[in-house]
Amino acid sequence: MDLNDTPEQAQYRAHVREWLEQHVAEAPKITRDDISPEVIAARREWQGKLAEAGFVGITWPKEYGGQGLGPLEQVVFTQELSRAKLPGILDVIGIGMLGPTIIAHGTEEQKQRYLGPMLHGDEVWCQLFSEPAAGSDLAGIQSRAKLQDDGTWRVSGQKVWTTNAQFASFGLMMVRTDPDVPKHKGLTMFVAPMDADGVTVRPLRQISGEAHFNEVFFDDVALDEAAPVGAVGNGWGVGLTTLMYERVAIGLGSEGFGWRADRFAAALASDEGAAANPETRRRLGEVAADLLSLRFTGYRQLSLLQRGQIPGPEGALGKITTIKAAIEAADLLVDALGPDALADDEWGGMVSELPGLKSAGGTEEILRNMVGERVLGLPPEPRLDKGIPFSELRAKEKEVAAR
Amino acid sequence: MNLALSDEQVFLQEAARGALGRFNTIASARDALDGGALPDLWPTAREAGWPGLLVSEEHGGAGLGPFEAMLVMIECGRRLAPVPLLGHLPATALLDRSGEHPKLLQALAEGDRRAAFVPARPPDALEPAWTVDPARGGRRAPGPRFTPGKQDGGPHPIDGTVSGDVHWVPDLPGVDAVVIAAVGDDDGPVALLADVGGTGGLAIEPVTRYDATRSLGHLRLDAAPVTRLTLDAEAITNAWYLAQALMAAEALGAVEEALERSVQYAKERFTFGRPIGSYQAVKHALVEILRRKENLLSLVYYAGWAGEAKPDELPMAASAARAVADGALDFASRELISVHGGIGATWEHDAPLFFRRAQLSKRLLGGGGDSAERVADQLLTAAGAL
Repeated sequence: MDLNDTPEQAQYRAHVREWLEQHVAEAPKITRDDISPEVIAARREWQGKLAEAGFVGITWPKEYGGQGLGPLEQVVFTQELSRAKLPGILDVIGIGMLGPTIIAHGTEEQKQRYLGPMLHGDEVWCQLFSEPAAGSDLAGIQSRAKLQDDGTWRVSGQKVWTTNAQFASFGLMMVRTDPDVPKHKGLTMFVAPMDADGVTVRPLRQISGEAHFNEVFFDDVALDEAAPVGAVGNGWGVGLTTLMYERVAIGLGSEGFGWRADRFAAALASDEGAAANPETRRRLGEVAADLLSLRFTGYRQLSLLQRGQIPGPEGALGKITTIKAAIEAADLLVDALGPDALADDEWGGMVSELPGLKSAGGTEEILRNMVGERVLGLPPEPRLDKGIPFSELRAKEKEVAAR
Repeated sequence: MNLALSDEQVFLQEAARGALGRFNTIASARDALDGGALPDLWPTAREAGWPGLLVSEEHGGAGLGPFEAMLVMIECGRRLAPVPLLGHLPATALLDRSGEHPKLLQALAEGDRRAAFVPARPPDALEPAWTVDPARGGRRAPGPRFTPGKQDGGPHPIDGTVSGDVHWVPDLPGVDAVVIAAVGDDDGPVALLADVGGTGGLAIEPVTRYDATRSLGHLRLDAAPVTRLTLDAEAITNAWYLAQALMAAEALGAVEEALERSVQYAKERFTFGRPIGSYQAVKHALVEILRRKENLLSLVYYAGWAGEAKPDELPMAASAARAVADGALDFASRELISVHGGIGATWEHDAPLFFRRAQLSKRLLGGGGDSAERVADQLLTAAGAL
């Protein structure tokens, strides 16, 4: 076992560290949750500088502006950013998930048009997948795109939980194009310009009162002939690529959220009563052990990547542990610090954001199903929607509900 | 970055699995509850070289590290195999580190003789003394106390005597020598070697409770003559954490086995026309075993890596591993019973044997809850508390 860098990685790390040291003054000073227009503008600019230096799209192919390096270099860069306490890129979703999807499934024309501005933060992207009635059962999408006689499309429907939609230039949108086939088959992925006529973005306030997500409404929005990404009717296949990248991104980091045992310990250490309370200590120890396990689960996954293997679906368990540990940590801190902590941004904010995060990126129940079936080989629950055209499914669901 | 087993480590673990697989250890775990004999696995351990795993090559051992010892413990745990390594390995590691008594060490490394480590819990911010597990629940007891005073006679030079009781010492019955973590006259820790045969003032009461595969002993020390080993506080402290890491690894093996058996049954048993593993309620519980197992595996690797490359992180790594291990095995063994339904809770079934292992283990060597507090203690101390 060896957790040290290879000579190449050490060289890359030194390069990253040197660049960050030289440019530290240019980085915006932000708190993670700040989404005011000035902060967004500053973060765009910072992403542009990182892109110029070759630190955005590290794993993307060179021909599309990336560096053609491996996931380990991406991790080295992220570690150095965190070490220097500097903010990362603005468009995490675009660079981490949507760009790679376009690289895998888009036309050459789409790649040339969209990837460059995405990389530099000039055009931010959002992910238009989930809908009010299509979350865990994502293929239940009801947004409809209809092909026009001239080859263009018209889209209507509603998307939800859309991060960055307020300032995004484009969205990658999963839409139903054929309701008369079973639900996974009639979907198509589109590039949707967010400034088109008929697009309305409405912030969605959460428990904390802040609005990090949006609802996005499409009312007969025109999309051109070149808007589909991948084949018409293969939207599900394209979307699976995006979700695979999402899983890798989520699996690799509780520490990225700032949920670190040393930070929780520091908050408790300042209160002598809390620090000397055996029950508090035991609870802190349990949370910290879980968080430490995640760090080494991450190293195990990186070891696989290093050897050219893809980490398996059990990585989704890391998300469950992350949220569980964070809930327990926030609960402990408020127990120790009293009701005042509920009112402060740091711990109160954490308490408020976790119930929603439990469902983000796959609800805990869906993740457990997925891992149970793919890792443990347990049989799936019988389902009632297999082979049934989507258009008939709704009627069938209503019939069951009326019984 | 390579947090993976080397080829040699994979070979060692597979060989251990093969060697233990020749015995029906699980059936004998049940028979032993009815007074039957357990298989003597010491010859198997000797053949495989396990007694000398942590003894350097110059003293006749294999010169391997804590991680290799943990890999063997994983396999012992998987088969509930009563190989007395939890006592023997930390004792030999301490003796090897001191470099004294090479003849005894050689005999221990080869398995001609057997030793047990008599553990004491290192101090933390809330408990400044070296303590031992109490006879019953409740407050920890003070560690045995060493009184210096040279004496002649016996196979080793005698440096003084030790007095005090230590309860629930793993693998104590039948040993030839004990390595005792005790309290010196300056209240700091000392490591003491005592010969069991023929030493006055040292009495061992063998005990088994609930899990017949776990051989335990109560040690009564009444001015027992001992030899002091030249070891510093750090070495004596690390022996405690090595024992914690070994217990965590042993639990990991048992959790893996419990998961495998539970999944297998959930695929075979049908209710309402389909396998019970297809129901979310069952599936999610089995995934919960997997989740805890994956977390424990990562921490066992952390402890193994720390033992190999970063000894100053061993206290944190081993404590975290042990903190997660007890809960994981408790949960896994309860689910193993539940997934089998009523039959899983009957005498003839294997599931209760894993349950018994879980229930006793989590009360030994400070318990997993104490390890969680040790994790917190290190974090809070680093953050400047108290």
